Amino acid sequence: MALTPQDIARIANLARLELNPSESERMLTQINGFFDIVEKMRAVDTSGVEPLAHPVAAIQDVALRLREDVASEPDGREANQRSAPAVERGLFLVPKVIE
Amino acid sequence: MSQLHDLTVAQLAARLASKDVSAVETARHFLARARAHESLGAYLATDEDVTLSQARAADERIATADKAALLGVPMAHKDIFVTKDFASTAGSKMLEGYRSPFDATVVCKLAAAGVVTLGKLNCDEFAMGSSNENSAFHPVKNPWDTSRIPGGSSGGSAVAVAARLAPAATGTDTGGSIRQPASFCGITGIKPTYGRASRYGMIAFASSLDQAGPMARTAEDCALLLSAMCGPDPDRDSTSLDVPAEDFTKSLDASIEGLRIGVPKEFFGEGLSNDVRSTIDAALKEYEKLGAKLVEVSLPRTELAIPVYYIIAPAEASSNLSRFDGVKFGHRAKQYGDLLEMYRKTRAEGFGDEVKRRIMIGTYVLSHGYYDAYYLQAQKIRRMIADDFQQAFRQCDVIAGPVAPTVAWKLGEHGNDPLADYLADVFTLPGSLAGLPGMSIPCGFGAGHMPVGLQLLGNYFAEAKLLNAAHRFQQATDFHLRKPEGY
Amino acid sequence: MTAKLIQGYEVVIGFETHAQLSTQSKIFSRAPTAFGAEPNTQACPVDLALPGTLPVMNKGAVERAIEFGLAVNATIAPRSIFARKNYFYPDLPKGYQISQYEIPVVQGGVVEFYLETGKGADAAREKKSVRLVRAHLEEDAGKSLHEDFVGQSGIDLNRAGTPLLEIVTEPDMRSSDEAVAYAKELHKIVTWIGICDGNMQEGSFRCDANVSVRKPGGPLGTRREIKNLNSFKFMQQAIDFEIRWQIEEIEDGRAIQQATVLFDPDTGETRAMRTKEDAADYRYFPDPDLPPLVVAPEWVERVRSEMAELPRVMAARFVRDYGLPEYDATTLTQSKAMAAYFEEAAKASGQPKLASNWIMGELSRRINAGEITIDRAPVGPDKLATLIGRINDGTISNNAARQVFDALWGGEGTEVDAIIDAQGLRQMNDAGALEKIIDEVIAANPDNVAQFKAGKDKAFNALVGQAMKASKGKANPAQVNELLKKKLG
Repeated sequence: MALTPQDIARIANLARLELNPSESERMLTQINGFFDIVEKMRAVDTSGVEPLAHPVAAIQDVALRLREDVASEPDGREANQRSAPAVERGLFLVPKVIE
Repeated sequence: MSQLHDLTVAQLAARLASKDVSAVETARHFLARARAHESLGAYLATDEDVTLSQARAADERIATADKAALLGVPMAHKDIFVTKDFASTAGSKMLEGYRSPFDATVVCKLAAAGVVTLGKLNCDEFAMGSSNENSAFHPVKNPWDTSRIPGGSSGGSAVAVAARLAPAATGTDTGGSIRQPASFCGITGIKPTYGRASRYGMIAFASSLDQAGPMARTAEDCALLLSAMCGPDPDRDSTSLDVPAEDFTKSLDASIEGLRIGVPKEFFGEGLSNDVRSTIDAALKEYEKLGAKLVEVSLPRTELAIPVYYIIAPAEASSNLSRFDGVKFGHRAKQYGDLLEMYRKTRAEGFGDEVKRRIMIGTYVLSHGYYDAYYLQAQKIRRMIADDFQQAFRQCDVIAGPVAPTVAWKLGEHGNDPLADYLADVFTLPGSLAGLPGMSIPCGFGAGHMPVGLQLLGNYFAEAKLLNAAHRFQQATDFHLRKPEGY
Repeated sequence: MTAKLIQGYEVVIGFETHAQLSTQSKIFSRAPTAFGAEPNTQACPVDLALPGTLPVMNKGAVERAIEFGLAVNATIAPRSIFARKNYFYPDLPKGYQISQYEIPVVQGGVVEFYLETGKGADAAREKKSVRLVRAHLEEDAGKSLHEDFVGQSGIDLNRAGTPLLEIVTEPDMRSSDEAVAYAKELHKIVTWIGICDGNMQEGSFRCDANVSVRKPGGPLGTRREIKNLNSFKFMQQAIDFEIRWQIEEIEDGRAIQQATVLFDPDTGETRAMRTKEDAADYRYFPDPDLPPLVVAPEWVERVRSEMAELPRVMAARFVRDYGLPEYDATTLTQSKAMAAYFEEAAKASGQPKLASNWIMGELSRRINAGEITIDRAPVGPDKLATLIGRINDGTISNNAARQVFDALWGGEGTEVDAIIDAQGLRQMNDAGALEKIIDEVIAANPDNVAQFKAGKDKAFNALVGQAMKASKGKANPAQVNELLKKKLG
């Protein structure tokens, strides 16, 4: 199966990436080239195989560690916003959000 | 007495402890070398004031007979680790000048052990690449042949160590990013079992694969550093395992008489170039001389690791990189109309081609109707690959083979063919997918007198065994002591 | 009973409720969750998704989810998975929300309640039960402020990462009344077990209603989702408006388009939200930063053993131990405070049914009228118990008791007996004094006596009235009757 220019446009929009026409074209060729080698993988029979998320789960159970409910983070607003593009009165500014 | 920069971490630590040399002197020496060899492009950030104040603090600790293992030893960090005192960019325009309000856990642990930070090291953007050509700032040159790439993504780290611009460096390995540049630059590097080292403060590429590890000149140095870097991080990283930190230096000298070394036949197919093949064969013979036994094993899904990895890693990356949206930190486009355009332009300007490519692949394979066919299928084959390793480890103690099919290639050689880079990862990807510990140790030279690394893979939590095998090899050979002309 | 139809249409309603869990810290970070702090002062690096940060799960949030599951007889999944819901929005710092998708921690369950129908004479109560599909843990988003930033919005991420329990029902509700009754019952449960403060104004308990209409027996209609209903009043208005709107659309031959709508309290109307064109494709996948959430049976049992007695369990106990009618029992368990008040009064007075009558009558009337809450009522359970005791031992009549209650409530006195004496409400039980009064009454009303003897009962009642009047109401009417009959024998 091969991707179409429409796929590229749809994905770029989902990923919030602006691609100019030449980029889109290059992207299409390269990604389709990659998906040729992916076909081998799709052919593998994996019936009854559990997906492996945390690699070490291949040999032992890995369960989520839980932390006690304690609020201990101090207010670090100044340091946290040091690299923010646009801040006013402690708020991050963005182009108007319309609901 | 050999020059400061030729000393290993172990030797340097001893000199510092016995006050033969001060931490400040040492730091100055390496900063001077970093400046002198700026053209290699290894460093992205240095700050003499920060480094020297850390060095002074180390000297004070030494004066109080503090016995921290790495007291005063200078080291540089891959720019994937966030640091309070240096900008943290992940090699991306997106994070140019970004200042983290906190230090990565690995950085904190090394600082606690006495390490002095020399600066931040260049890498492929967001650790995506095998040549370091994907750095948004400048490529890194291989000191063995500056017309060649150093490997990636931890290329800056490998070059800093190989060219003696730092005694050691941190790296991160997602699909081979420690082992491959170590191999290409003739140094020693280890990636521990996934979950051994905290990922907190490592700018995430692929969450289920990323691991931190040391890059140095000897296995002994790697053991010293890894001991300081590992350990659970229950408050900060849910994927870090409850496995206590170990002293990996303890068993370095243990005999490897009778060690069963598994040699996967799939690692020696026609994809492997002859110069690398013969170098690896010689290294394996050396191991036999040391009393090890070679056993042929099979990792039948080695080639499948490429598509599996390049589905899983981009999928996770596409989601991990969504936070770079120009709202809270980092780059924001100058010109935009509405919110949507702000996002699209910001990310188009901030990310480089390879990162965009992987975001696109990842977004596609997760998108509606494709998840099962790609991501889920890949995660299932991932388990099969991990099971293949467990099969193999029934017949052997460690697995050995090449790190990469060739030596370091020329800058620009792979040009606009990302697939060529992907295919070159074939020998490091299986171990990454399985989350196994892996090393690269210098074992000779191939085409163009470029270094060749031997890859050693161990079972889960078998880092000590790997380091032991590597150390014994280095006791019998001197490839790890060779250095490029002029450094 | 079959659902009542509106213009021949059957209404179908399902609910999604977001209950903020009452933890100290956020679900994946150690930042505080308190409401109303200065913008972004309670958003730590993890909440802001700063590079290198990772989530670490809050045990308190899981524990609260387990409590809820037990409260609604649901299954607690021994193993559940956190997934990433990917979409770009300024109040979503990571570009994805960590939620539970394929395997939630709470599965199934049911919410039961009484639905009041009809008014006055034909008032009735109907037992309803709404099935739950699931309840899953997820993180809240931040807030966008649109005021005073020309052409821009300000983003406050204090709320980002606040733990939420999203409770999803089957489309089991058939009217706005039923929907509101469900929401009130759910609100009662989460506040009763204390996993949520229930503050709807602050957004601690947010309801989304999925509303559709259809011809009875026909296939489900297309639903529209009304978002963020933050009061029961608006909930009813919004749903009623939506139902009428959908029926009109269909009647006018227009098909309903699936949409998310907002309710505008000022216009009383719902309007469709601006739809994100790719909202459909969230690219869910298991969060690789979070291994599976494992809940051991021992943990569930420990939570069960430490949980407060649930309303329905308590009501059953009231029926069993105090012999109350089910109606009384359910009414008295509307709130923990009222239930506690009843138990104290019932125990102290030994008259559960009387206590129940007084609480559901005099007390509730005043509480509902005034702003006062039951635990601050000027007449405490001990006082009510004493009062009931005085009725029982014949010291005062029911009418007198009401006067005493008034006095206590109005603060004219604090001791029941003192008020009885001060207002001279004590019943006259002294037979001698009463006989004297009755003799005088008989002497003073010969006509009535004659008429009575001639068989006119009305005349007898007149005499009783005279006697009561002469006793200034303190006489015990029963005694008066008895004595009169004897004397007129």
